[in-house]
Amino acid sequence: MSENIENIYWKLFKSMFVISMSTFGGGFVIITLMQKKFCDELGWIEKEEILDLTALAQSAPGSLAVNASILFGYQLKGIKGSLVAMLATILPPLLIISTISIFYSLFSQNQIVRIALKVMRSGVAAVILDAALTLMKGVIKSKDMFNIMVMVFAFIFSYFIQVDAIMLICLGLLLAFAIEIIKYRNTRIKHGII
Amino acid sequence: MELFKLFLCFFEIGLFSFGGGYAAVPLIQAMVVERYHWLSVSEFINLITIAEMTPGPIVINAATFVGMKIDGFTEAIFTTLGSVMPSFIIVLILSWLYKKYKGLSIVKSILKRIRPLVVAMILSAGFSILVMALFKANDYRIINIDDIQVIELIIFIISLGLLRKYKVNPIMIIFGSGLIGTLSYLLFAMI
Repeated sequence: MSENIENIYWKLFKSMFVISMSTFGGGFVIITLMQKKFCDELGWIEKEEILDLTALAQSAPGSLAVNASILFGYQLKGIKGSLVAMLATILPPLLIISTISIFYSLFSQNQIVRIALKVMRSGVAAVILDAALTLMKGVIKSKDMFNIMVMVFAFIFSYFIQVDAIMLICLGLLLAFAIEIIKYRNTRIKHGII
Repeated sequence: MELFKLFLCFFEIGLFSFGGGYAAVPLIQAMVVERYHWLSVSEFINLITIAEMTPGPIVINAATFVGMKIDGFTEAIFTTLGSVMPSFIIVLILSWLYKKYKGLSIVKSILKRIRPLVVAMILSAGFSILVMALFKANDYRIINIDDIQVIELIIFIISLGLLRKYKVNPIMIIFGSGLIGTLSYLLFAMI
């Protein structure tokens, strides 16, 4: 039993470490990679929960990657889990930057490194869009017109109007809350309470 | 004393860096360059270049870099831990609340309505990176279709195909696209 639990911590650490090492191109890559690893491969968490965690991670200060790892670790194994996941997320950048800062000029002036990093972005874009397509299909298949509209408008706001992520989540929360209140009132009216 | 000051400075940066990513850059600059003079402006530009070239959140990259610059690895550990401490405390509270209340029906239905929004944000992030990769432009408004990078376009299409159809491991795709892309660039440069 205890060996089993240790295995989970070790597996969590190892997976998060590798994922963090691969997050070139911003926070959303880590969400995609976590979803692949922890939902699709290990089945430790539901797809919907990853989306909830993303929204929560966006609404706290700090980076999306670190926040998402803390949230995920906690859902899995409480405070200990969140510590393990967070350490595994911050260790790769800590080790890489402290090494590179010593060999800085050698690294940043290297033409091959520059090319590799630029060209890598196209792979990163594919990884994020692949996850986005799968999630989008889920929303469309639900045939919930309201959710589809929210998705379309949120995309326009986020991509074309470039509304800030926190702002967008706050707006979404307000809207969702308003709908819940209206629904609640309607049921009360229907039952003749008001 | 110095260690404590470093820790506090990055604690402050971590606490006020909402939005993540490059939104935090001006704040880091104000603290590290202008207030404490730990880095010169040109060193700060180096830091941003390195941060762009390495995996990991920019705030952590900055924390580690400043720590190493000031003295060494011990300082780097303190600055890095300082930068994530506010997140850890606040996010832990959020985690606890989420775990406790996610079963409530009102919370459930609100969360359900937020999910399509998060899907849209992921989609939007993907498009931004795609535009950057294919056109070397930061904004869709300034792209010119003639500037399209052919190698990047081919790699993107193949990567997406492999992911959709064969469910290839995304980490393999990220590093594989870097490797194959670089080789193709070198090959074309030789021809």
